[in-house]
Amino acid sequence: MSHTNLPDQGSAGGATRRPPPPPPGRNHDWREALAPSLISLLSLLSIILVFGALAWVITSAEQWPRIKLQFFNVDAMIAAFPRVLQGFWINMRIWLIVLACILILGIALAVIRSLRAPWFAPFRLMVILYIDLFRGLPVLLLVLLFGFGIPALNLPGLPSSSLFWGAVAMVLSYSAYVCEIYRSGIDAVHEGQWAAAKSLGLTEWQTMIYTILPQAVRNVMPAMMNIVVALQKDVALLSIIGVRDAVREAQIYTASTFNYSSLIVAAGLFLLATIPMARLADYITRRDRARRLQIGG
Amino acid sequence: MPRVQLAEVTKYFGDNLVLDQVDLSVAQHEVVCLIGASGSGKSTLLRCINRLVKADYGDIYLDDVPVTDESFGKVGLHKRIGIVFQSYNLFPHLTVLDNLTLAPRKVHGKSKKEAEAQAQEQLDRFGMGRFAKAYPEQLSGGQQQRVAFVRALMNKPDVLLLDEVTAALDPELVGEVLGIIKELKAQGMTMVIVTHEMGFARDVADRVCFLEGGRILEEGNPTDMFNEPQHERTRAFLDRIIEAGRL
Repeated sequence: MSHTNLPDQGSAGGATRRPPPPPPGRNHDWREALAPSLISLLSLLSIILVFGALAWVITSAEQWPRIKLQFFNVDAMIAAFPRVLQGFWINMRIWLIVLACILILGIALAVIRSLRAPWFAPFRLMVILYIDLFRGLPVLLLVLLFGFGIPALNLPGLPSSSLFWGAVAMVLSYSAYVCEIYRSGIDAVHEGQWAAAKSLGLTEWQTMIYTILPQAVRNVMPAMMNIVVALQKDVALLSIIGVRDAVREAQIYTASTFNYSSLIVAAGLFLLATIPMARLADYITRRDRARRLQIGG
Repeated sequence: MPRVQLAEVTKYFGDNLVLDQVDLSVAQHEVVCLIGASGSGKSTLLRCINRLVKADYGDIYLDDVPVTDESFGKVGLHKRIGIVFQSYNLFPHLTVLDNLTLAPRKVHGKSKKEAEAQAQEQLDRFGMGRFAKAYPEQLSGGQQQRVAFVRALMNKPDVLLLDEVTAALDPELVGEVLGIIKELKAQGMTMVIVTHEMGFARDVADRVCFLEGGRILEEGNPTDMFNEPQHERTRAFLDRIIEAGRL
């Protein structure tokens, strides 16, 4: 429905009836044209003002010199930076690999859980058990258990690196969540899509692969972006089992110097990575919403 | 020999009896309209024919072969019975062309080239040729329903089932879809049609069946049914329809 519908004035007006002129200056009003940038400018100013004031209060505090020395020591930051950055590079690589595994395992589990053929029942049950188990345990506990526990067993033929098993723990834990997200996306696909595919002769499996899953993935993109961002920083949990990621490297520096600036460096690097991802997530959510509104209208 | 025959088809949804021992036979080239209030079981009956809904009791035959017969395999029945739905049910993530070629390629093993050529030809026939690359959401309701018809006809089915195909359309778009049905009738397509468009049913049907409470209460040729309904309930139903200005 258009928002510009005028109230019905009847058709009796005949030839003399003319529409009122368009409201004045809608397109060339400099105030309206400037409004968005003015608002952005104001928001920027207020942000600078608030945080500036905060910074001023903090820096003028009595303890500030000590805080600065401990947390914002430029020399310490520069000294720690190369090692922390190297660690952060490891974070990013683990993140990408673990993410790929999670997205694949999650979708496989969701498909198994959503297929309705009777002979799938035992598999469905297994997936449900899996989800209950891995969603119910803290990731940290799993990382410790897998990262320290399994290498200690010295199992022949299996990798014995803590990093590998810690990453496996993350994949297992996150996949349980991701599976449920995919499943909600699958459930949200209209029942008529199943009926249409079936009536065309597609098997349940073909229906899932060619018609349901592509729509489900599109449905859950915003929710999935949230997981992607969360995982990006949760990779740091692996530092607990000795993986020399950014947090671990920063910790090592802290331990030898009793200066926490290296942790601040790591924090900065994480923000540098996660904030763009968060904005990307916002963008995808917005686009998704626009798409839905377009269809709805 | 009837093309489609239903014998004592019974269906429960939970404890709710939806179809009560329904008998129906549809001859080749015959157009049968199922009418009745919502909840009378007409859509369920229609979906039993191509096994989208599995009947609890009773038998359904296509050319005297039970539709449960092994010889149909998984695909055979759907190759020979097409269905068009009320809400089009096109696949929104696929273009019109991909909507049409999905089943021919994945189910019937046709090559992409062959399937697309056939799809394009059918689209042209229905005046939809220039929309091959469009996505369903870019089309009007009437256009989407036309694509749904083309999709159902891609396998050259012997029987076409239509499930309230105009119910979701804006009134001004109903005509173009009804036109397609008339054209299909002229070409001799066997059809079973669930509809609320009584005027249309009168025009196009060879036989009209009135359903209530999961049974066919009355059936006959449209002239008799609409002018002199025998059953009191049929009369009451038609009176309500006339009151609503739909006939």
